[in-house]
Amino acid sequence: MKALLFLGCTVPVRNLNYEVAARRTAERLGIEFVEEERFGCCGFPVKSLRARDTLVLAARNLALADQRGLEICVLCNACMGTLSEAAHLLDHNPEVKEQVNQQLALVGLRYEGPVRVRHYMRFLWEEIGVERLRAAVSRPLAGVNLAPHYGCHYLKPSELTVGFDSPDVPRTLAELILATGAEAVDYPSLKECCGGGVLGVSEATANEMARRKLEDVAQTNAHALVLVCPFCNVMYEGQQKKIAKAAGIDLQVPVVYYPQILGLAFGLSSDVLGFKLNRVKPKSLLRIVEG
Amino acid sequence: MSRLKLNDLDPSFKERIAKQPGGERIRACIACKACTAACPIQPIDERYDPRKIIRMALLGMKKDVLESDFIWLCSSCYGCSEVCPQNVRFTEVMFAIKNLAVAEACVPPGLTAQRTLLREHGRLYEITEFENEKRDKLGLPRIVEHPEDYDRLLAAQQEELT
Repeated sequence: MKALLFLGCTVPVRNLNYEVAARRTAERLGIEFVEEERFGCCGFPVKSLRARDTLVLAARNLALADQRGLEICVLCNACMGTLSEAAHLLDHNPEVKEQVNQQLALVGLRYEGPVRVRHYMRFLWEEIGVERLRAAVSRPLAGVNLAPHYGCHYLKPSELTVGFDSPDVPRTLAELILATGAEAVDYPSLKECCGGGVLGVSEATANEMARRKLEDVAQTNAHALVLVCPFCNVMYEGQQKKIAKAAGIDLQVPVVYYPQILGLAFGLSSDVLGFKLNRVKPKSLLRIVEG
Repeated sequence: MSRLKLNDLDPSFKERIAKQPGGERIRACIACKACTAACPIQPIDERYDPRKIIRMALLGMKKDVLESDFIWLCSSCYGCSEVCPQNVRFTEVMFAIKNLAVAEACVPPGLTAQRTLLREHGRLYEITEFENEKRDKLGLPRIVEHPEDYDRLLAAQQEELT
């Protein structure tokens, strides 16, 4: 199994724990991540300015994958949404594809397609499957309770995630958590948006959205909130202190990435999985797993 | 809200939104309010109300919409798109509206800064030796910036705009 690893902007600079854990778990599973040095931003940050720019920048990344004849595996929900939406549009609309290719000619590229784009979680779900994952677990995370957070673009728009998961009754991340031997914890605001999309415009609104989920999770028996997107991380981990202070509450909700959890279940050490970079330390979780 | 004056309305506004990529379905709205019910922003900040924004756009309240600060409050979670019985795809309609606002020069400053970063670095965060040394320590491959394509593509798009 081979795929080009698309890191995007945020993960390789601010979430090295996510990246290192994704790479180490993929190695264990025989997934080969191939580098494409010219990959850059997916294009999402300029969509509010001009959606057409986003489409052209996304198409540039898709064209690079097309040249290599490989599919793209993504760690960030926003990159995943942007690239798969662009691929969907280009593959279903020859006229738009031709216009975009005229732009790409400026940089000597062309997109023929199709190029497949999948989130690393979807890759695990579809290529490895829960049963094989469970069989690969050497240190089951018994006694660990984890609250999944899917993030919006992991599930929506559903036309891009058909056959994978449902925005109404999401289950893949919970099932992937169960495969590690841990329990998946349900909570009222499971499907809520992190608020990251409005952080730059109205921090108070964004923080209020994140607060609801953090408080919900704090009231469960979960040892950590499990993420698969660096934008959600900005809200739940990066903003957590500020949110607690503003609301006058005590919040200590550890936030981890799913591949870190999977890596622990594979017997990898918390050091190898970048746990030193987690800002709200999942102390009780690591105590259960590593003693 | 103050009383609407017919002369202040721009009946072509909805057509212009519909011509933007993503805005095509705005006229299919039947005002059922499912979008507002699904919106995670609306209960927190009532200035942002999807159904109301669509009604304002369809009525031709161009200035009130494009010059508002509420259009920047969409978190693009696609919750509204999922529940819409008319497949209006309101998240995409919002991008169409924001794109029109930008064309009329009502741009929040942070957004243009991001565009500049992409042209200069090809990414939102600059990669310096510091970042790569951190990556070395964890055994992660170094990152080389390739901003050339980003600069050329965004510059070309800029020309087309003006």
